[in-house]
Amino acid sequence: FFHLAGLYRVVGGIVSPVGDGYGKQGLVASKHRLAMARLALQSSDWVSVDDWESRQVDWTETAVTMRYHYGRIDAQYHHSKAPPTNERPASDVPQLKLLCGADFLDTFKVPGLWRDDHVEEVVGRFGLVCVSRGSLQPDRAIHESDLLSRHRQSIFLVREWVHNEISATEIRRALRRGHSVKYLLPDSVIDYIREHNLYTQDSEMKNKDVKLRPLTKQAIQD
Amino acid sequence: MASQEKTKLVLLACGSFNPITNMHLRMFELARDHLEDTGRYRVVKGIISPVGDSYKKKGLIEACHRLEMARLATENSDWITVNDWESQQSEWVETARVVRHHHAELISSENINDDVDTVRCGKRRKLEQNKNICQSSSYINTQADTPHLKLLCGADVLESFGVPNLWKSEDIEEIVGQYGVACITRCGSDAEKFINQSDVLYKHRKNIHVVREWVTNEISATHVRRALRRGQSVRYLLPDPVVRYIQDHSLYSSESEQKNADVILAPLQRYTSTN
Repeated sequence: FFHLAGLYRVVGGIVSPVGDGYGKQGLVASKHRLAMARLALQSSDWVSVDDWESRQVDWTETAVTMRYHYGRIDAQYHHSKAPPTNERPASDVPQLKLLCGADFLDTFKVPGLWRDDHVEEVVGRFGLVCVSRGSLQPDRAIHESDLLSRHRQSIFLVREWVHNEISATEIRRALRRGHSVKYLLPDSVIDYIREHNLYTQDSEMKNKDVKLRPLTKQAIQD
Repeated sequence: MASQEKTKLVLLACGSFNPITNMHLRMFELARDHLEDTGRYRVVKGIISPVGDSYKKKGLIEACHRLEMARLATENSDWITVNDWESQQSEWVETARVVRHHHAELISSENINDDVDTVRCGKRRKLEQNKNICQSSSYINTQADTPHLKLLCGADVLESFGVPNLWKSEDIEEIVGQYGVACITRCGSDAEKFINQSDVLYKHRKNIHVVREWVTNEISATHVRRALRRGQSVRYLLPDPVVRYIQDHSLYSSESEQKNADVILAPLQRYTSTN
């Protein structure tokens, strides 16, 4: 999408699985989620998996994770490149943007889930690339939020014309029922799931009575 | 115990497969799960039968490529296969004839298996019977062990039964009456409404299995071709080996999309001229 706009060159993609401390229902151990992501991206020449977020002891806010990755990119960039020339000005450090689905924009509305200053940072300082999802209208979510509307310029909306609603929730449901998920996930990931017998009735019950960590962490700070 | 024995099924999907996508492959998996969940069936084989070039659909590239891509796509499947009989015929073949052909193939391969057992005169007589019986359209699926053949398709194909001059009514009757259809649909009620509104389909509604696709997966080949023309990524919409094949052979361009642009679709040509 960005290549076509002619304004940007996408030089990398990072998949950062959340840590187990997030406490979401049905979340299996991060070591499995990392392994599956790595298998899925084995043959990609530009998207990689990073485990920093999942290795942190407590759940880590998205803004903090983004700060970490930006710091890394910045350091790598300054370390490896030659002094700035006329063709390559010093301000050429790659920007970092958060890639998400349209449903993500609605999470900003959930009380206690996001710190206001973090939303400013993630949306304003870094920027979002938001892929439409099903019938969800990201423009509506932006319209209904003063904060998001203020940062309209740093939110890129990508229309996914192919209606492709492969949600992890549906995948887990199919697996619990013994249904095939072939052609929805890479074969290597399906094999991994089988070998480790992930995603059962029990695994879906994990964290059932646990409150999502952002809700408890942010409450303490108020 | 006949009542406890599951009926063996073979699913046959006809279509352009121009190119084959993950959605086509998902259809097979969904249908198999649905049919086996009823407890009455065991799906033993899937057949992808790409249409011949003489179908004359706009943008249809050569059958040799479409066959090869389908083969690459099913490399990792232990039950889905690709068959080139239909595409090898010089003229376009009606779907009912393709179904009949594959059904005859199933019967004769069962007979070959029979021959491997101890030969009794009864068996030899049965062979002769089968050769004659295959020609008669009233004998279908009565041998105990022969898998039943069903047409696998999307709801759009079911609804295309209503398009004037696209299908012969006796072919529709044969396909749903004597064989059966597994129809994948996002919206079960639309398919059911369509079945209800057609006398032929309603009569054979027991033979039409409506399979709900809960994970919406509208990866249409048309969209894939469009994305390719525009240099967009189709990764994760098609199996990787198919993406590579398309790149290696530079398939799907503005030129290829203009193929057959001024030509009338074969079935329309055939049926309108006989009116």
